[in-house]
Amino acid sequence: MSVHAKTAEKMTGDSMMKTQGSKLEFNLKKIREEFPALHQKVHGKPLVYLDNAASTQKPRAVIEKLHHYYTWDNANIHRGVHTLSQRATDEYEAAREKVRAFIHAQKTSEVIFTRGTTESINLVAQTYGRQNIKAGDEIIISHMEHHSNIVPWQMLVEQIGAQLKVVPVTDAGELDLEAYQNMLSEKTKLVAMVHVSNSLGTINPMKKIIDVAHQAGVPVLVDGAQSVNHLEINVQELDADFFVFSGHKLFAPTGIGVLYGKESLLENMPPYQGGGDMIRQVSFEKTTYNDLPYKFEAGTPHIAGAIGLGAAIDYVQELGMSQLASYEKEVLDYATKALSALPGLKVIGQAKEKTSVLSFVLQDIHPHDIGTILDNEGVAVRAGHHCTMPLMQRFGVPATVRASFAFYNSFEEVDALLEAIKKVQEVFKG
Amino acid sequence: MSELRELYQEVILDHNKHPRNFHEMPGADRQAEGFNPLCGDQLTVYLKLGADQKIEDLSFVGSGCAISKASASLMTDALKGKSFSEAKAIFEKFHSMVTASPGLEAPDGLGKLAVLAGVCEFPARVKCASLAWHTLNSALDGSSEAVTTE
Ligand SMILES: Cc1ncc(COP(=O)(O)O)c(C=O)c1O
Repeated sequence: MSVHAKTAEKMTGDSMMKTQGSKLEFNLKKIREEFPALHQKVHGKPLVYLDNAASTQKPRAVIEKLHHYYTWDNANIHRGVHTLSQRATDEYEAAREKVRAFIHAQKTSEVIFTRGTTESINLVAQTYGRQNIKAGDEIIISHMEHHSNIVPWQMLVEQIGAQLKVVPVTDAGELDLEAYQNMLSEKTKLVAMVHVSNSLGTINPMKKIIDVAHQAGVPVLVDGAQSVNHLEINVQELDADFFVFSGHKLFAPTGIGVLYGKESLLENMPPYQGGGDMIRQVSFEKTTYNDLPYKFEAGTPHIAGAIGLGAAIDYVQELGMSQLASYEKEVLDYATKALSALPGLKVIGQAKEKTSVLSFVLQDIHPHDIGTILDNEGVAVRAGHHCTMPLMQRFGVPATVRASFAFYNSFEEVDALLEAIKKVQEVFKG
Repeated sequence: MSELRELYQEVILDHNKHPRNFHEMPGADRQAEGFNPLCGDQLTVYLKLGADQKIEDLSFVGSGCAISKASASLMTDALKGKSFSEAKAIFEKFHSMVTASPGLEAPDGLGKLAVLAGVCEFPARVKCASLAWHTLNSALDGSSEAVTTE
Protein backbone atom coordinates (compact mmCIF):
# COMPACT_ATOMS: atom_id res chain seq x y z
CA MET A 1 0.00 0.00 0.00
CA SER A 2 1.39 3.40 -0.88
CA VAL A 3 1.99 6.00 1.77
CA HIS A 4 -0.70 8.08 0.12
CA ALA A 5 -3.35 5.45 0.27
CA LYS A 6 -2.45 4.87 3.88
CA THR A 7 -2.67 8.56 4.71
CA ALA A 8 -6.09 8.75 3.15
CA GLU A 9 -7.45 6.01 5.33
CA LYS A 10 -5.35 6.64 8.36
CA MET A 11 -6.81 6.43 11.77
CA THR A 12 -8.64 9.62 12.51
CA GLY A 13 -8.72 8.84 16.18
CA ASP A 14 -12.44 9.44 16.30
CA SER A 15 -13.89 6.53 14.51
CA MET A 16 -13.78 2.91 15.30
CA MET A 17 -12.14 1.64 12.19
CA LYS A 18 -11.08 -1.49 10.50
CA THR A 19 -7.76 -1.36 8.79
CA GLN A 20 -7.20 -3.44 5.73
CA GLY A 21 -5.68 -6.84 5.99
CA SER A 22 -5.42 -7.18 9.71
CA LYS A 23 -9.15 -7.09 10.56
CA LEU A 24 -8.20 -4.77 13.31
CA GLU A 25 -10.92 -3.30 15.41
CA PHE A 26 -9.36 -0.62 17.36
CA ASN A 27 -10.78 2.39 19.10
CA LEU A 28 -7.72 4.56 19.34
CA LYS A 29 -9.51 7.53 20.82
CA LYS A 30 -10.82 5.44 23.66
CA ILE A 31 -7.41 3.91 24.26
CA ARG A 32 -5.72 7.29 24.32
CA GLU A 33 -8.22 8.53 26.88
CA GLU A 34 -6.92 5.87 29.23
CA PHE A 35 -3.45 7.48 29.24
CA PRO A 36 -3.66 10.86 31.01
CA ALA A 37 -0.03 11.83 30.31
CA LEU A 38 -0.65 11.87 26.57
CA HIS A 39 -2.98 14.84 26.85
CA GLN A 40 -0.63 17.69 27.54
CA LYS A 41 1.25 20.34 25.68
CA VAL A 42 5.01 20.62 25.50
CA HIS A 43 6.48 23.93 24.33
CA GLY A 44 2.93 24.90 23.38
CA LYS A 45 2.46 21.88 21.08
CA PRO A 46 0.47 18.71 21.74
CA LEU A 47 2.77 16.08 23.16
CA VAL A 48 3.71 13.37 20.66
CA TYR A 49 5.28 10.70 22.83
CA LEU A 50 7.53 8.47 20.74
CA ASP A 51 10.00 7.31 23.38
CA ASN A 52 8.19 4.15 24.36
CA ALA A 53 11.23 1.90 24.13
CA ALA A 54 12.75 3.94 26.97
CA SER A 55 9.61 3.90 29.09
CA THR A 56 5.90 3.74 28.41
CA GLN A 57 3.12 5.94 29.75
CA LYS A 58 0.74 4.47 32.31
CA PRO A 59 -2.95 3.74 31.79
CA ARG A 60 -5.54 4.93 34.27
CA ALA A 61 -6.03 1.33 35.40
CA VAL A 62 -2.46 1.26 36.72
CA ILE A 63 -2.51 4.75 38.22
CA GLU A 64 -5.80 4.02 39.99
CA LYS A 65 -4.53 0.70 41.25
CA LEU A 66 -1.56 2.43 42.89
CA HIS A 67 -3.87 5.06 44.31
CA HIS A 68 -6.13 2.41 45.73
CA TYR A 69 -3.26 0.44 47.20
CA TYR A 70 -1.76 3.42 48.99
CA THR A 71 -5.18 4.66 50.08
CA TRP A 72 -6.48 1.39 51.51
CA ASP A 73 -4.13 -1.59 51.53
CA ASN A 74 -0.69 -0.23 52.31
CA ALA A 75 1.18 -2.51 54.71
CA ASN A 76 4.16 -4.82 54.71
CA ILE A 77 3.65 -8.26 53.25
CA HIS A 78 4.17 -11.77 54.58
CA ARG A 79 4.60 -10.31 58.05
CA GLY A 80 1.35 -9.25 59.60
CA VAL A 81 -1.67 -11.08 60.88
CA HIS A 82 -3.61 -7.89 60.52
CA THR A 83 -6.07 -7.21 57.73
CA LEU A 84 -4.11 -4.67 55.72
CA SER A 85 -1.02 -6.84 55.63
CA GLN A 86 -3.18 -9.71 54.48
CA ARG A 87 -4.72 -7.63 51.72
CA ALA A 88 -1.34 -6.34 50.57
CA THR A 89 0.09 -9.85 50.57
CA ASP A 90 -2.85 -11.22 48.61
CA GLU A 91 -2.58 -8.50 45.99
CA TYR A 92 1.18 -8.90 45.69
CA GLU A 93 0.91 -12.65 45.23
CA ALA A 94 -2.01 -12.24 42.82
CA ALA A 95 0.28 -10.05 40.70
CA ARG A 96 2.88 -12.80 40.66
CA GLU A 97 0.27 -15.22 39.35
CA LYS A 98 -0.71 -12.68 36.66
CA VAL A 99 2.89 -12.51 35.53
CA ARG A 100 3.07 -16.29 35.44
CA ALA A 101 0.00 -16.56 33.25
CA PHE A 102 1.19 -13.68 31.05
CA ILE A 103 4.52 -15.29 30.17
CA HIS A 104 3.10 -18.82 30.40
CA ALA A 105 5.44 -20.08 33.07
CA GLN A 106 4.64 -23.42 34.59
CA LYS A 107 4.79 -22.38 38.22
CA THR A 108 4.11 -19.17 40.08
CA SER A 109 7.16 -19.81 42.23
CA GLU A 110 9.32 -19.42 39.13
CA VAL A 111 8.44 -15.72 39.00
CA ILE A 112 10.75 -13.54 41.08
CA PHE A 113 10.14 -9.83 41.51
CA THR A 114 13.20 -7.61 41.05
CA ARG A 115 13.82 -3.93 40.40
CA GLY A 116 13.95 -4.54 36.67
CA THR A 117 15.80 -6.14 33.81
CA THR A 118 19.15 -4.87 35.03
CA GLU A 119 18.79 -6.31 38.50
CA SER A 120 17.48 -9.61 37.13
CA ILE A 121 20.54 -10.02 34.93
CA ASN A 122 22.93 -9.09 37.74
CA LEU A 123 21.17 -11.59 39.97
CA VAL A 124 21.69 -14.42 37.51
CA ALA A 125 25.31 -13.41 36.84
CA GLN A 126 26.25 -13.31 40.50
CA THR A 127 24.39 -16.44 41.59
CA TYR A 128 24.02 -18.87 38.71
CA GLY A 129 27.10 -17.45 36.98
CA ARG A 130 29.39 -17.58 39.99
CA GLN A 131 28.27 -21.07 40.82
CA ASN A 132 28.44 -22.64 37.37
CA ILE A 133 30.97 -20.73 35.30
CA LYS A 134 34.67 -21.26 35.86
CA ALA A 135 37.99 -19.95 34.63
CA GLY A 136 38.43 -20.68 30.92
CA ASP A 137 34.67 -20.98 30.27
CA GLU A 138 32.81 -18.80 27.81
CA ILE A 139 29.61 -16.76 27.85
CA ILE A 140 27.99 -15.79 24.55
CA ILE A 141 26.23 -12.46 24.11
CA SER A 142 25.57 -10.45 20.94
CA HIS A 143 26.73 -7.18 19.45
CA MET A 144 23.24 -5.73 19.87
CA GLU A 145 22.98 -6.08 23.65
CA HIS A 146 21.92 -3.29 25.96
CA HIS A 147 24.70 -2.33 28.37
CA SER A 148 22.74 -4.12 31.07
CA ASN A 149 23.28 -7.42 29.25
CA ILE A 150 26.99 -6.69 28.71
CA VAL A 151 28.40 -5.17 31.87
CA PRO A 152 27.13 -7.74 34.42
CA TRP A 153 28.79 -10.46 32.33
CA GLN A 154 31.98 -8.44 31.97
CA MET A 155 32.08 -8.08 35.73
CA LEU A 156 31.55 -11.80 36.14
CA VAL A 157 34.19 -12.91 33.63
CA GLU A 158 36.68 -10.59 35.30
CA GLN A 159 35.91 -12.07 38.68
CA ILE A 160 36.31 -15.66 37.55
CA GLY A 161 38.68 -15.50 34.58
CA ALA A 162 36.15 -16.57 31.96
CA GLN A 163 35.63 -15.07 28.51
CA LEU A 164 32.91 -13.15 26.73
CA LYS A 165 32.10 -14.07 23.11
CA VAL A 166 30.14 -11.66 20.98
CA VAL A 167 27.88 -12.73 18.10
CA PRO A 168 28.21 -10.25 15.21
CA VAL A 169 25.34 -8.30 13.68
CA THR A 170 24.75 -7.97 9.92
CA ASP A 171 24.35 -4.69 8.04
CA ALA A 172 20.59 -5.11 8.16
CA GLY A 173 20.80 -5.34 11.93
CA GLU A 174 20.19 -9.07 12.26
CA LEU A 175 22.15 -11.61 14.26
CA ASP A 176 24.71 -13.62 12.32
CA LEU A 177 23.26 -16.99 13.23
CA GLU A 178 25.95 -18.97 11.50
CA ALA A 179 28.63 -17.22 13.51
CA TYR A 180 26.58 -17.92 16.61
CA GLN A 181 26.39 -21.64 15.90
CA ASN A 182 30.10 -21.79 15.29
CA MET A 183 30.78 -19.98 18.53
CA LEU A 184 29.08 -22.59 20.69
CA SER A 185 31.53 -25.10 22.10
CA GLU A 186 32.18 -27.21 25.18
CA LYS A 187 33.57 -24.08 26.75
CA THR A 188 30.25 -22.26 26.45
CA LYS A 189 28.43 -22.22 29.76
CA LEU A 190 25.72 -19.63 29.11
CA VAL A 191 24.09 -17.68 26.29
CA ALA A 192 22.62 -14.28 27.27
CA MET A 193 20.76 -12.71 24.40
CA VAL A 194 18.36 -9.88 23.74
CA HIS A 195 14.98 -10.94 22.36
CA VAL A 196 14.22 -7.61 20.69
CA SER A 197 16.87 -4.95 20.16
CA ASN A 198 16.01 -1.64 21.83
CA SER A 199 18.09 0.32 19.30
CA LEU A 200 17.11 -1.43 16.08
CA GLY A 201 13.80 -3.14 16.82
CA THR A 202 15.17 -6.43 15.46
CA ILE A 203 13.25 -9.47 16.69
CA ASN A 204 15.78 -12.23 17.18
CA PRO A 205 14.73 -15.82 16.36
CA MET A 206 14.80 -16.77 20.02
CA LYS A 207 13.30 -20.23 19.66
CA LYS A 208 16.06 -21.16 17.26
CA ILE A 209 18.77 -19.52 19.37
CA ILE A 210 17.63 -21.51 22.39
CA ASP A 211 17.26 -24.81 20.50
CA VAL A 212 20.79 -24.56 19.17
CA ALA A 213 22.18 -23.73 22.60
CA HIS A 214 20.29 -26.58 24.22
CA GLN A 215 21.64 -29.02 21.66
CA ALA A 216 25.04 -28.01 22.97
CA GLY A 217 23.80 -28.36 26.54
CA VAL A 218 23.97 -24.61 27.22
CA PRO A 219 21.26 -22.68 29.10
CA VAL A 220 19.96 -19.36 27.75
CA LEU A 221 19.00 -16.10 29.46
CA VAL A 222 16.59 -14.03 27.37
CA ASP A 223 16.57 -10.25 27.83
CA GLY A 224 12.88 -9.64 27.23
CA ALA A 225 12.85 -5.93 28.12
CA GLN A 226 11.68 -5.00 24.61
CA SER A 227 9.76 -8.15 23.70
CA VAL A 228 7.37 -8.62 26.59
CA ASN A 229 5.51 -5.45 25.55
CA HIS A 230 5.23 -6.32 21.84
CA LEU A 231 5.14 -10.10 21.46
CA GLU A 232 3.20 -12.86 23.13
CA ILE A 233 5.66 -14.59 25.40
CA ASN A 234 5.55 -18.26 26.20
CA VAL A 235 8.64 -19.17 28.19
CA GLN A 236 7.78 -22.87 28.08
CA GLU A 237 7.38 -22.96 24.33
CA LEU A 238 10.61 -20.98 23.96
CA ASP A 239 12.12 -23.28 26.55
CA ALA A 240 13.93 -20.25 27.99
CA ASP A 241 16.01 -20.99 31.06
CA PHE A 242 15.82 -17.41 32.29
CA PHE A 243 13.58 -14.64 30.96
CA VAL A 244 13.90 -11.11 32.36
CA PHE A 245 11.99 -7.86 31.88
CA SER A 246 11.08 -4.49 33.38
CA GLY A 247 7.59 -3.34 34.30
CA HIS A 248 8.04 0.25 33.21
CA LYS A 249 8.27 -0.66 29.52
CA LEU A 250 5.03 -2.61 29.89
CA PHE A 251 2.87 0.32 31.08
CA ALA A 252 3.61 -0.47 34.74
CA PRO A 253 5.55 1.53 37.35
CA THR A 254 9.33 1.89 37.42
CA GLY A 255 11.30 -0.03 40.01
CA ILE A 256 9.59 -3.36 39.42
CA GLY A 257 10.70 -6.14 37.12
CA VAL A 258 10.78 -9.88 36.79
CA LEU A 259 13.21 -12.73 36.72
CA TYR A 260 11.66 -15.91 35.43
CA GLY A 261 13.82 -18.98 35.87
CA LYS A 262 13.20 -22.68 35.51
CA GLU A 263 12.56 -24.15 38.93
CA SER A 264 15.33 -26.71 38.55
CA LEU A 265 17.87 -23.90 38.03
CA LEU A 266 16.53 -21.51 40.66
CA GLU A 267 16.42 -24.27 43.27
CA ASN A 268 20.12 -24.87 42.99
CA MET A 269 21.21 -21.24 42.86
CA PRO A 270 22.54 -19.55 45.99
CA PRO A 271 20.66 -16.47 47.22
CA TYR A 272 21.60 -13.07 45.79
CA GLN A 273 21.03 -10.77 48.74
CA GLY A 274 20.58 -11.66 52.37
CA GLY A 275 17.95 -10.20 54.63
CA GLY A 276 14.38 -10.47 55.76
CA ASP A 277 11.84 -12.64 53.94
CA MET A 278 14.46 -14.73 52.16
CA ILE A 279 15.15 -16.90 55.22
CA ARG A 280 13.37 -19.71 56.96
CA GLN A 281 15.35 -19.73 60.15
CA VAL A 282 18.16 -17.58 61.37
CA SER A 283 20.55 -18.23 64.17
CA PHE A 284 24.09 -16.97 64.52
CA GLU A 285 25.37 -20.44 63.79
CA LYS A 286 23.31 -21.21 60.72
CA THR A 287 20.64 -19.73 58.51
CA THR A 288 18.35 -21.73 56.27
CA TYR A 289 16.87 -20.10 53.24
CA ASN A 290 13.28 -19.75 52.27
CA ASP A 291 11.62 -21.55 49.35
CA LEU A 292 11.22 -20.12 45.88
CA PRO A 293 10.51 -17.42 44.98
CA TYR A 294 11.17 -15.81 48.38
CA LYS A 295 14.76 -16.98 48.52
CA PHE A 296 15.52 -14.28 45.95
CA GLU A 297 13.33 -11.53 47.38
CA ALA A 298 15.27 -10.22 50.35
CA GLY A 299 13.83 -7.23 52.15
CA THR A 300 10.58 -5.37 51.63
CA PRO A 301 9.93 -5.41 47.90
CA HIS A 302 8.23 -2.82 45.70
CA ILE A 303 4.79 -4.01 46.71
CA ALA A 304 2.84 -1.28 44.97
CA GLY A 305 4.98 -1.71 41.86
CA ALA A 306 4.20 -5.41 41.64
CA ILE A 307 0.51 -4.75 42.09
CA GLY A 308 0.71 -2.05 39.42
CA LEU A 309 2.42 -4.51 37.10
CA GLY A 310 -0.45 -6.91 37.65
CA ALA A 311 -2.90 -4.16 36.67
CA ALA A 312 -0.86 -3.33 33.55
CA ILE A 313 -0.90 -6.96 32.49
CA ASP A 314 -4.68 -7.12 32.95
CA TYR A 315 -4.98 -3.99 30.84
CA VAL A 316 -2.93 -5.16 27.84
CA GLN A 317 -4.40 -8.63 27.96
CA GLU A 318 -7.87 -7.22 27.75
CA LEU A 319 -6.89 -5.32 24.61
CA GLY A 320 -5.15 -8.40 23.24
CA MET A 321 -1.40 -8.50 22.70
CA SER A 322 -1.60 -9.78 19.14
CA GLN A 323 -4.06 -7.10 18.09
CA LEU A 324 -1.85 -4.42 19.66
CA ALA A 325 1.17 -5.80 17.85
CA SER A 326 -0.61 -5.79 14.48
CA TYR A 327 -1.61 -2.19 14.95
CA GLU A 328 1.91 -1.16 15.99
CA LYS A 329 3.24 -2.88 12.90
CA GLU A 330 0.98 -0.75 10.72
CA VAL A 331 2.20 2.41 12.42
CA LEU A 332 5.80 1.29 12.00
CA ASP A 333 5.34 0.49 8.30
CA TYR A 334 3.68 3.83 7.71
CA ALA A 335 6.43 5.68 9.56
CA THR A 336 9.23 3.75 7.88
CA LYS A 337 7.87 4.55 4.43
CA ALA A 338 7.28 8.20 5.20
CA LEU A 339 10.64 8.82 6.84
CA SER A 340 12.66 6.81 4.33
CA ALA A 341 11.35 9.12 1.62
CA LEU A 342 13.03 12.13 3.23
CA PRO A 343 16.27 13.10 1.51
CA GLY A 344 19.33 12.41 3.62
CA LEU A 345 17.50 10.21 6.13
CA LYS A 346 18.89 6.76 6.73
CA VAL A 347 17.10 4.12 8.77
CA ILE A 348 19.47 2.12 10.98
CA GLY A 349 18.14 -1.39 11.52
CA GLN A 350 16.32 -2.92 8.58
CA ALA A 351 15.69 -6.40 9.88
CA LYS A 352 12.87 -8.39 8.31
CA GLU A 353 11.28 -8.99 11.70
CA LYS A 354 10.97 -5.81 13.72
CA THR A 355 8.94 -4.30 16.51
CA SER A 356 7.89 -0.66 16.32
CA VAL A 357 11.31 0.95 16.70
CA LEU A 358 12.57 3.36 14.07
CA SER A 359 16.19 4.43 14.50
CA PHE A 360 17.65 6.87 12.02
CA VAL A 361 20.33 9.38 11.20
CA LEU A 362 19.75 12.51 9.12
CA GLN A 363 22.45 13.95 6.88
CA ASP A 364 25.32 14.89 9.14
CA ILE A 365 23.09 16.50 11.72
CA HIS A 366 23.86 15.22 15.19
CA PRO A 367 20.97 13.28 16.79
CA HIS A 368 21.14 15.54 19.84
CA ASP A 369 20.37 18.59 17.78
CA ILE A 370 17.53 16.72 16.12
CA GLY A 371 16.20 15.66 19.54
CA THR A 372 16.16 19.25 20.80
CA ILE A 373 14.35 20.56 17.73
CA LEU A 374 11.81 17.72 17.80
CA ASP A 375 11.18 18.38 21.49
CA ASN A 376 10.54 21.99 20.66
CA GLU A 377 7.81 20.73 18.33
CA GLY A 378 6.34 18.60 21.12
CA VAL A 379 7.77 15.37 19.72
CA ALA A 380 9.58 13.23 22.33
CA VAL A 381 12.18 10.84 20.91
CA ARG A 382 15.40 9.40 22.23
CA ALA A 383 18.62 10.78 20.79
CA GLY A 384 21.80 9.04 21.78
CA HIS A 385 23.45 5.66 21.92
CA HIS A 386 20.48 3.99 23.68
CA CYS A 387 22.85 2.19 26.07
CA THR A 388 24.20 0.19 23.14
CA MET A 389 27.55 1.85 22.46
CA PRO A 390 29.12 -1.23 20.82
CA LEU A 391 26.19 -1.42 18.42
CA MET A 392 26.55 2.25 17.50
CA GLN A 393 30.22 1.60 16.73
CA ARG A 394 29.17 -1.35 14.60
CA PHE A 395 27.09 0.99 12.44
CA GLY A 396 29.72 3.72 12.48
CA VAL A 397 27.52 6.33 14.13
CA PRO A 398 28.00 7.98 17.53
CA ALA A 399 24.27 8.01 18.10
CA THR A 400 20.90 7.75 16.39
CA VAL A 401 17.49 9.31 16.76
CA ARG A 402 15.00 6.69 17.85
CA ALA A 403 11.25 6.96 17.49
CA SER A 404 9.56 4.04 19.22
CA PHE A 405 5.84 3.55 18.98
CA ALA A 406 3.25 2.09 21.33
CA PHE A 407 -0.30 1.08 20.49
CA TYR A 408 -1.56 4.48 21.69
CA ASN A 409 0.35 6.32 18.98
CA SER A 410 -1.63 7.48 15.96
CA PHE A 411 -0.85 7.94 12.29
CA GLU A 412 -1.24 11.68 12.83
CA GLU A 413 1.57 11.53 15.33
CA VAL A 414 3.78 9.98 12.69
CA ASP A 415 2.85 12.93 10.47
CA ALA A 416 3.81 15.29 13.29
CA LEU A 417 7.17 13.55 13.55
CA LEU A 418 7.64 13.96 9.82
CA GLU A 419 6.83 17.68 9.95
CA ALA A 420 9.17 18.16 12.90
CA ILE A 421 12.00 16.47 10.99
CA LYS A 422 11.39 18.88 8.13
CA LYS A 423 11.83 21.70 10.68
CA VAL A 424 15.21 20.23 11.55
CA GLN A 425 16.22 20.30 7.92
CA GLU A 426 15.04 23.89 7.69
CA VAL A 427 17.10 24.98 10.71
CA PHE A 428 20.19 23.21 9.40
CA LYS A 429 19.85 24.05 5.72
CA GLY A 430 22.58 25.92 3.93
CA MET B 1 10.74 28.53 16.72
CA SER B 2 12.26 31.76 18.06
CA GLU B 3 14.21 30.11 20.89
CA LEU B 4 15.37 27.55 18.35
CA ARG B 5 16.63 30.30 16.08
CA GLU B 6 18.37 31.79 19.11
CA LEU B 7 20.04 28.47 19.76
CA TYR B 8 20.94 27.58 16.20
CA GLN B 9 22.25 30.92 14.99
CA GLU B 10 24.18 31.26 11.75
CA VAL B 11 27.45 31.60 13.62
CA ILE B 12 26.86 28.37 15.50
CA LEU B 13 25.85 26.46 12.39
CA ASP B 14 28.92 27.82 10.64
CA HIS B 15 31.29 26.78 13.43
CA ASN B 16 29.62 23.38 13.49
CA LYS B 17 30.16 22.90 9.79
CA HIS B 18 33.60 24.45 9.66
CA PRO B 19 35.07 24.15 13.12
CA ARG B 20 38.14 26.35 13.67
CA ASN B 21 41.38 24.93 15.06
CA PHE B 22 40.00 21.47 14.48
CA HIS B 23 43.11 19.34 14.40
CA GLU B 24 45.46 17.37 16.59
CA MET B 25 48.53 19.19 17.85
CA PRO B 26 51.82 17.35 17.63
CA GLY B 27 54.07 18.52 20.43
CA ALA B 28 51.24 19.93 22.53
CA ASP B 29 52.29 20.78 26.09
CA ARG B 30 48.98 19.70 27.53
CA GLN B 31 46.01 17.76 26.38
CA ALA B 32 42.82 16.56 28.01
CA GLU B 33 39.91 14.41 27.02
CA GLY B 34 36.25 15.12 27.73
CA PHE B 35 33.19 12.87 27.54
CA ASN B 36 29.52 13.41 27.81
CA PRO B 37 28.42 9.88 28.72
CA LEU B 38 24.78 10.74 28.25
CA CYS B 39 25.10 11.36 24.53
CA GLY B 40 28.50 9.94 23.69
CA ASP B 41 30.05 13.32 22.81
CA GLN B 42 33.78 13.04 23.02
CA LEU B 43 36.54 15.55 22.43
CA THR B 44 40.22 16.16 23.03
CA VAL B 45 41.63 19.62 23.67
CA TYR B 46 45.30 20.40 22.96
CA LEU B 47 47.26 23.40 24.06
CA LYS B 48 50.69 24.87 23.70
CA LEU B 49 52.02 27.09 26.48
CA GLY B 50 53.83 30.33 25.78
CA ALA B 51 55.84 32.54 28.08
CA ASP B 52 54.13 33.90 31.23
CA GLN B 53 51.57 31.13 31.41
CA LYS B 54 49.93 32.17 28.17
CA ILE B 55 47.92 29.92 25.87
CA GLU B 56 49.99 30.17 22.75
CA ASP B 57 48.00 27.70 20.69
CA LEU B 58 44.77 25.82 21.20
CA SER B 59 43.00 23.13 19.15
CA PHE B 60 40.53 20.29 19.47
CA VAL B 61 39.27 17.14 17.79
CA GLY B 62 36.27 14.96 18.52
CA SER B 63 32.66 14.33 17.72
CA GLY B 64 29.54 15.86 19.09
CA CYS B 65 26.43 17.85 18.41
CA ALA B 66 26.36 21.29 16.80
CA ILE B 67 26.31 23.01 20.18
CA SER B 68 29.31 21.21 21.62
CA LYS B 69 31.32 21.52 18.43
CA ALA B 70 30.54 25.20 17.89
CA SER B 71 31.28 25.94 21.52
CA ALA B 72 34.65 24.19 21.29
CA SER B 73 35.46 25.98 18.07
CA LEU B 74 34.50 29.40 19.41
CA MET B 75 36.43 28.69 22.58
CA THR B 76 39.66 27.96 20.74
CA ASP B 77 39.31 31.21 18.81
CA ALA B 78 38.49 33.23 21.89
CA LEU B 79 41.22 31.97 24.19
CA LYS B 80 44.28 31.88 22.00
CA GLY B 81 46.83 34.31 23.39
CA LYS B 82 45.06 34.64 26.73
CA SER B 83 46.77 33.99 30.03
CA PHE B 84 45.58 31.17 32.28
CA SER B 85 43.82 33.56 34.61
CA GLU B 86 42.17 35.43 31.75
CA ALA B 87 40.99 32.13 30.29
CA LYS B 88 39.57 31.05 33.63
CA ALA B 89 37.76 34.34 34.04
CA ILE B 90 36.18 33.98 30.60
CA PHE B 91 35.19 30.41 31.46
CA GLU B 92 33.42 31.68 34.59
CA LYS B 93 31.51 34.26 32.60
CA PHE B 94 30.65 31.81 29.89
CA HIS B 95 29.39 29.31 32.40
CA SER B 96 27.16 31.81 34.13
CA MET B 97 25.80 32.88 30.74
CA VAL B 98 24.73 29.38 29.67
CA THR B 99 23.27 28.54 33.08
CA ALA B 100 21.52 31.89 33.59
CA SER B 101 17.77 32.22 33.93
CA PRO B 102 16.40 32.85 30.44
CA GLY B 103 15.84 36.48 29.56
CA LEU B 104 18.90 37.93 31.31
CA GLU B 105 21.38 39.93 29.30
CA ALA B 106 24.57 38.11 28.36
CA PRO B 107 27.48 39.39 30.45
CA ASP B 108 29.91 41.81 28.76
CA GLY B 109 33.30 40.86 27.52
CA LEU B 110 32.43 37.55 25.93
CA GLY B 111 32.60 38.80 22.38
CA LYS B 112 31.52 36.24 19.84
CA LEU B 113 30.89 33.69 22.58
CA ALA B 114 27.67 35.55 23.35
CA VAL B 115 26.02 33.69 20.44
CA LEU B 116 25.78 30.73 22.81
CA ALA B 117 23.55 32.66 25.23
CA GLY B 118 20.50 30.86 23.76
CA VAL B 119 21.64 27.64 25.40
CA CYS B 120 20.19 28.80 28.72
CA GLU B 121 16.71 28.22 27.26
CA PHE B 122 17.62 24.55 26.81
CA PRO B 123 18.84 23.20 30.15
CA ALA B 124 19.39 19.75 28.62
CA ARG B 125 22.03 21.26 26.35
CA VAL B 126 24.15 23.13 28.91
CA LYS B 127 26.41 20.11 29.19
CA CYS B 128 26.98 20.13 25.44
CA ALA B 129 27.97 23.79 25.50
CA SER B 130 30.33 23.44 28.43
CA LEU B 131 32.06 20.15 27.59
CA ALA B 132 35.00 21.76 25.75
CA TRP B 133 35.41 24.30 28.52
CA HIS B 134 35.55 21.77 31.33
CA THR B 135 38.03 19.81 29.27
CA LEU B 136 40.23 22.85 28.70
CA ASN B 137 40.02 23.66 32.39
CA SER B 138 41.37 20.26 33.23
CA ALA B 139 44.18 20.70 30.69
CA LEU B 140 45.04 24.03 32.28
CA ASP B 141 45.12 22.38 35.68
CA GLY B 142 47.39 19.75 34.23
CA SER B 143 45.10 16.94 35.26
CA SER B 144 45.38 13.73 33.31
CA GLU B 145 41.99 12.38 34.31
CA ALA B 146 39.37 12.35 31.55
CA VAL B 147 36.64 14.87 32.22
CA THR B 148 33.05 13.79 32.16
CA THR B 149 30.03 16.00 32.38
CA GLU B 150 28.16 13.62 34.66
C1 LIG C 1 16.92 -4.50 25.65
C2 LIG C 1 17.01 -3.89 27.00
N1 LIG C 1 17.64 -4.54 27.98
C3 LIG C 1 17.74 -4.04 29.22
C4 LIG C 1 17.23 -2.80 29.54
C5 LIG C 1 17.41 -2.29 30.93
O1 LIG C 1 16.20 -2.15 31.57
P1 LIG C 1 16.09 -1.44 32.98
O2 LIG C 1 16.85 -0.16 32.87
O3 LIG C 1 14.62 -1.23 33.16
O4 LIG C 1 16.67 -2.36 33.99
C6 LIG C 1 16.57 -2.08 28.56
C7 LIG C 1 15.99 -0.77 28.85
O5 LIG C 1 16.50 0.28 28.65
C8 LIG C 1 16.47 -2.63 27.26
O6 LIG C 1 15.87 -1.95 26.29
